[in-house]
Amino acid sequence: MLIAHRKYKQYYTFVVMKFYTFIGLLLLISCKGGNQEIVSFENLEEDTPFITVDYEGLEAYLETSEAEVHVVNFWATWCKPCVKELPHFEELRAVYDTEDVKVILVSLDFPEQIERLTHFIEKWNIQSEVVFLDDGDANTWIPKVDVNWSGAIPATIIYNDEKRSFHEQSFTYDTLEKELKLFL
Amino acid sequence: MKTLKILTGVAFVVILSAFVVRSINPNKIVGSGYGVGDIADDISLKNIDGKMVSYSDYTDAKGFIVIFTCNTCPFSVANEDRIIALDAKYKNIGYPVIAINPNNPASKPGDSFEAMKQRAKEKGFTFPYLVDEGQKVYPMYGATKTPHVYLLQKTPKGNEVKYIGAIDDNSRNASAVKVKYLENAVDALLSGKTIKVTETKAIGCSIKA
Repeated sequence: MLIAHRKYKQYYTFVVMKFYTFIGLLLLISCKGGNQEIVSFENLEEDTPFITVDYEGLEAYLETSEAEVHVVNFWATWCKPCVKELPHFEELRAVYDTEDVKVILVSLDFPEQIERLTHFIEKWNIQSEVVFLDDGDANTWIPKVDVNWSGAIPATIIYNDEKRSFHEQSFTYDTLEKELKLFL
Repeated sequence: MKTLKILTGVAFVVILSAFVVRSINPNKIVGSGYGVGDIADDISLKNIDGKMVSYSDYTDAKGFIVIFTCNTCPFSVANEDRIIALDAKYKNIGYPVIAINPNNPASKPGDSFEAMKQRAKEKGFTFPYLVDEGQKVYPMYGATKTPHVYLLQKTPKGNEVKYIGAIDDNSRNASAVKVKYLENAVDALLSGKTIKVTETKAIGCSIKA
């Protein structure tokens, strides 16, 4: 399966700060509370080809990954430019699989149409990890992803321990690979 | 005297740095287009009934709820009923809704003039639904997605931008809304109070130029 679901089932952790370090001072301030919370990954009992998280869950999930470079794409099955560029992310995953690059596709599909997402992943045999972000309070989490993000999708962040880049745009394979190479 | 000069220099640097910090305030939504406090130029755009619409046509209005929206974006569709309700609530007390479709129908055939007319008829739009022909108006506002709201208030200087962003805090699910940002802003203007939250963000579809 895409990930070891059970591993996260009783996942108990600090709401980790590492993700924030890429984001800067504003977020350091906003997460000053640093409270200890149980991060829950919903829908684990259901056999879905994705995990469902709220924003805190997404941060915690990214924190558990040991890859050196993360390419996180925000998309939805109904978003035409997102679907158009998805094969480029899949290709990137295939080409850089051995180089410790992890591609994560964060879906912003509608919670009530979630079977669309399942069908889409199965139909197109999506190999990258898909995370369904079920968190309606976008005004709170959009600036945490990037202060410059207006909220339009597609949008992509690429980061490693040292730096990050944010892109509110569509990619071709070449432009995407070029951005990734800045991290390798 | 030398000490005084140094002190003045230090004070100058401190004051200057305060401005610099202000200008790189990460809370500010970066990008081109109008910010809160800017004066929005009047528009002259074609409505679905074929007539041209400008803010200056509305002599009795106190301001405008300008919403960049379209037929094809699921987030816009999810907000249609909310937009109709906003117009019903605020049109007669001074803040009518003006909907503008920023998408280029060449890139999005579902946002053609005919399709707009049809959608407005199906949903019973009570407000103008304007075509941004040549995609000239949305860049002036700095709109990046649909739906994207700009609340304007008529002032002696012109139509001042008072709020930019989302309709409420849950665009995907109307029944889960906890904070109605836009209504709070309009209510504040109507009662002469300060708007507490002047900029918000929501997920939307990128505008197709």
